[in-house]
Amino acid sequence: MYRLALLIFCVSISPASFALWNNPYPAAQIEENILYSSFSERPKHLDPVRSYSSDEYAFIAQIYEPPLQYHYLKRPYTLVPLTAVNMPRVTYFGADGSVIPGDAPVNDISFTEYEFQIQPGIQYQPHPALAKNKRGEYLYHSLSREQVSRVHELSDFAQTAARELTAADYAHQIKRMANPQLHSPIAGVMAQYIVGFEALSEEIETVLSGLKEGAFLDLLEFRLEGVTVVDRHTYRIRIRGKYPQFLYWQAMPFFAPIPWEAERFYAQPGLKERNIALDWYPIGTGPFMLTENNPNLRMVMARNPNFHGEHYPATGDETDRSAGLLADKGQPMPFLDSVVYSLEKEAIPRWNKFLQGFYDNSGITSDSFDQAIQFNSQGQAALTAEMRDRGIRLSTAVATSMYYMGFNYLHPVIGGSGERARKLRQAISIAVDFEEYISIFRNGRGVAAHGPIPPGIFGHQQGRAGINPYVYDWVNGRAERKPLGSAKQILREAGYPDGIDDETGKSLVLHFEAIGSGPDEKARLNWIRKQFQKLGIQLIVRATDYNRFREKMLKGKSEIFMWGWNADYPDPENFLFLLYGPNSKAKNNGENASNYVNPEFDRLFEQMKNMENNLQRKTLIDQMVSIVRRDAPWTWGFHPQDFSLQHAWVRNHKPNLMANNTLKYVRIDPKMRATQRQQWNQPILWPLILIGVLLGIGVIPAIFGFHRHEKSTAL
Amino acid sequence: MIAYIVRRTLYAVPILIGVNLLTFVLFFVVNTPDDIARSQLGDRRVTVQAIDTWKRSHGYHKPLFFNENASGPGKVTDTVFFDKSVRLFGFDFGRSDSGRDISYDIGQRMWPSLAIAVPTLVVGILVNITFGLVIVFFRGTYIDFWGVVTCVTLLSVSSLFYIIGGQYLLSKLFHLVPISGYDTGVNAFKFLLLPVVVGVISGIGSGTRWYRTLFLEEIGKDYVRTARAKGLSEQVVLFRHVLRNALIPILTGIVVVLPLLFMGSLIVESFFGVPGLGSYTIDAIQRQDFAIVRSMVFLGSVLYIIGLLLTDISYTVVDPRVRLQ
Repeated sequence: MYRLALLIFCVSISPASFALWNNPYPAAQIEENILYSSFSERPKHLDPVRSYSSDEYAFIAQIYEPPLQYHYLKRPYTLVPLTAVNMPRVTYFGADGSVIPGDAPVNDISFTEYEFQIQPGIQYQPHPALAKNKRGEYLYHSLSREQVSRVHELSDFAQTAARELTAADYAHQIKRMANPQLHSPIAGVMAQYIVGFEALSEEIETVLSGLKEGAFLDLLEFRLEGVTVVDRHTYRIRIRGKYPQFLYWQAMPFFAPIPWEAERFYAQPGLKERNIALDWYPIGTGPFMLTENNPNLRMVMARNPNFHGEHYPATGDETDRSAGLLADKGQPMPFLDSVVYSLEKEAIPRWNKFLQGFYDNSGITSDSFDQAIQFNSQGQAALTAEMRDRGIRLSTAVATSMYYMGFNYLHPVIGGSGERARKLRQAISIAVDFEEYISIFRNGRGVAAHGPIPPGIFGHQQGRAGINPYVYDWVNGRAERKPLGSAKQILREAGYPDGIDDETGKSLVLHFEAIGSGPDEKARLNWIRKQFQKLGIQLIVRATDYNRFREKMLKGKSEIFMWGWNADYPDPENFLFLLYGPNSKAKNNGENASNYVNPEFDRLFEQMKNMENNLQRKTLIDQMVSIVRRDAPWTWGFHPQDFSLQHAWVRNHKPNLMANNTLKYVRIDPKMRATQRQQWNQPILWPLILIGVLLGIGVIPAIFGFHRHEKSTAL
Repeated sequence: MIAYIVRRTLYAVPILIGVNLLTFVLFFVVNTPDDIARSQLGDRRVTVQAIDTWKRSHGYHKPLFFNENASGPGKVTDTVFFDKSVRLFGFDFGRSDSGRDISYDIGQRMWPSLAIAVPTLVVGILVNITFGLVIVFFRGTYIDFWGVVTCVTLLSVSSLFYIIGGQYLLSKLFHLVPISGYDTGVNAFKFLLLPVVVGVISGIGSGTRWYRTLFLEEIGKDYVRTARAKGLSEQVVLFRHVLRNALIPILTGIVVVLPLLFMGSLIVESFFGVPGLGSYTIDAIQRQDFAIVRSMVFLGSVLYIIGLLLTDISYTVVDPRVRLQ
């Protein structure tokens, strides 16, 4: 008996039995088809009407399904139907209500109507809001206080049910966007376009003012003029004028359907106090549903049993084929059974868990960059031997974003359309060496920008035709920043020889608005200061917090600043509008942070913004880019390059910076992962034994000392 | 004693009003209601109208401290400060600026904080007292000397170093425990092991030094000499007499921190991915969620006052000569 007990004890403490002591997940999951990843920011909102950030989209884009989506593999980014049967039918109307052709002049188009036809038979995920009794009454729409008191999570409701997705659900969500109580960030934009949107907002506001706090507002009782439900699976949205970019919004969760039952269910008294709200418990038709919602610890999504089914894309280019991205073509998706996101605030544990195989993918922080990436002699990024030995793969993609250094056009010295100020800005644009910036502060992860349009967006030009001739020369087949002498010459022409104002004879002093003052930021600011020093310009850094920075920008009190923009959709309008005069931040609270204004640019923008992508539009864009390069309201900064790592067992990963619903395409090999984890994480016990032995050795003299002390006499 | 407790409780009211006022002033010096609205609504495409609507629906549209447009008491009561403060005194924390119920979140998040703090405190006290007694036992020897040197070295090292070092050694190198994470029930054990070990080790330096000083102070007293003169062994002298008499400062030191255990640790929770109240507060500060910040500051103040009151009461328990009046 004793021997048996001893054997059990020995076996139980042996490394093999505790294989993977450092496994943060239940041992039973070791070979399950689960993707493990992390999130660093607790999502603020999971209601598609409010969410507008990538950390929230990581969840809700897998759950909610707007009518359209981006093709996973195709580049440039292309919209394809998601729940819609086809791309919407677009009809244009003149001022008299007559139908006019799409190629009619933009000014002749008074309204555009999009007709969406939704696939029949799509079901919502199982949800208590949809559960009914035998009499067809909703089970949980009239909860008593006692029932509510027993509920702590959504899963505490015993019954769930689903129902078919209808066109009315899409219409309902658009009405929700107009509800001022829900604070949709794009309500302002949609009010400009969707017919009747603003009127509905005002009507709801009036009704709300007469309602008690927390009372349910039934949006079914309201009518939105611009949205019509044609039949069970068809709806139309009517917008003012022509706005082709409206389709891109249809691929964002803002336009995903919400069943009215969910709103009624969550509005019941007592549920909100338990944080059971639509903002935290989504209800969608997508491939996954949220099964564990603990934004403080872990978010778990499981395969939606009612998912309507979708097949892996069958088309891609040759690069996709050679990368094995078409191996699963035509296969039903999703491939994963579940996805576990763990909250990981700090980069060090996140990175180490990735290396141990407990996260399937990872970004690369500056701390871990040298361990993961090395540059070859051609300056191309590649994985280090350590990463390659682990079978880790690197994916890179230039983001549809840009970071720029902006000049406030309202400033009397650096701003304005005068020749002197323009030349000053041009000289600074040459002197501020963003190639060096990318190398020092971003570990080479970025591409110096030549204009406001990033690669991958219509209107961006590569090669010689795409260079900014005011800052770069084309030398030996590549863009080369002009020598500093050119900048000094331009500065001299501007009336600031060697940075001395020839009118006053004093040094030119400019001010840079900086956010933050940590050690990393200090190095960056010193670098920026040095770039100006190269021209003899004295740059004074005014460091502040983000709130004050934003306030200065809103009031137009800044001089020089750095800011960025991440595309909402892959259209040049989404970048060029950042320089459109009427979008001035100081004057109209718009997104034109440098308050740049050029009537010719504005005229061309108005012409270009609502056009389809064609040669005429391209010509207009080229003219606009040429104008802003000359005026230099920004030094064009850089387009960041996203680096991400995947373990060998992760398949079908292709960076898609527009699509957010990409988890359904990902496949993993759980067996391979289990084997690798076992190999990489065997517990090492000898240090514990060594510590025990050392402690024992340390205690022996103390024991002797104790006995000696006890036996010694007082005198 | 009841009169004393009632009096101390009444004293707490102006202190809490002061703390609340200070929190308001400090927070709104760096954040305007517009900033709060923008941080909740996001930076992109936010209209002035959206900001106004948000402020109105969250009660930030009123003047902060004094409403000139109101009449009578309304000048003071129809303000953001009054609206937000009155509820706090009834422990009604309301909703965070992002819409979540704060009381519910506190109720959920205090357990992980306690799960780390309580074992760290208990094990830490036992270890520190043991080391303190051992060093005192060998006072004047090389063990005392090197013990003190080690303590000074340990307390000179940043707690962040212990955390990163612990994660590197025990998890990354030796694969003995998960590097970070948390779970409930029995499964929490493997996640708690590392933060507790790190917490205990990082506290050894200061704790042992403190207890050593207390014990050394006691060991020179007459009653100890008397005990030795009676022929008691050194361990009996130390454990039965010195330790018992040193309990007063030990106990009061412990009691005062007991309520604060709920509040968690900012760094430990952040590095070990523990969803406690420490990370809740730091998140709220970063997100400019004023509703959570003022609730947590208020709660921290209340707990601190309770801690001080408990300390006073504990004096009477461990030393019958002390009477509260």
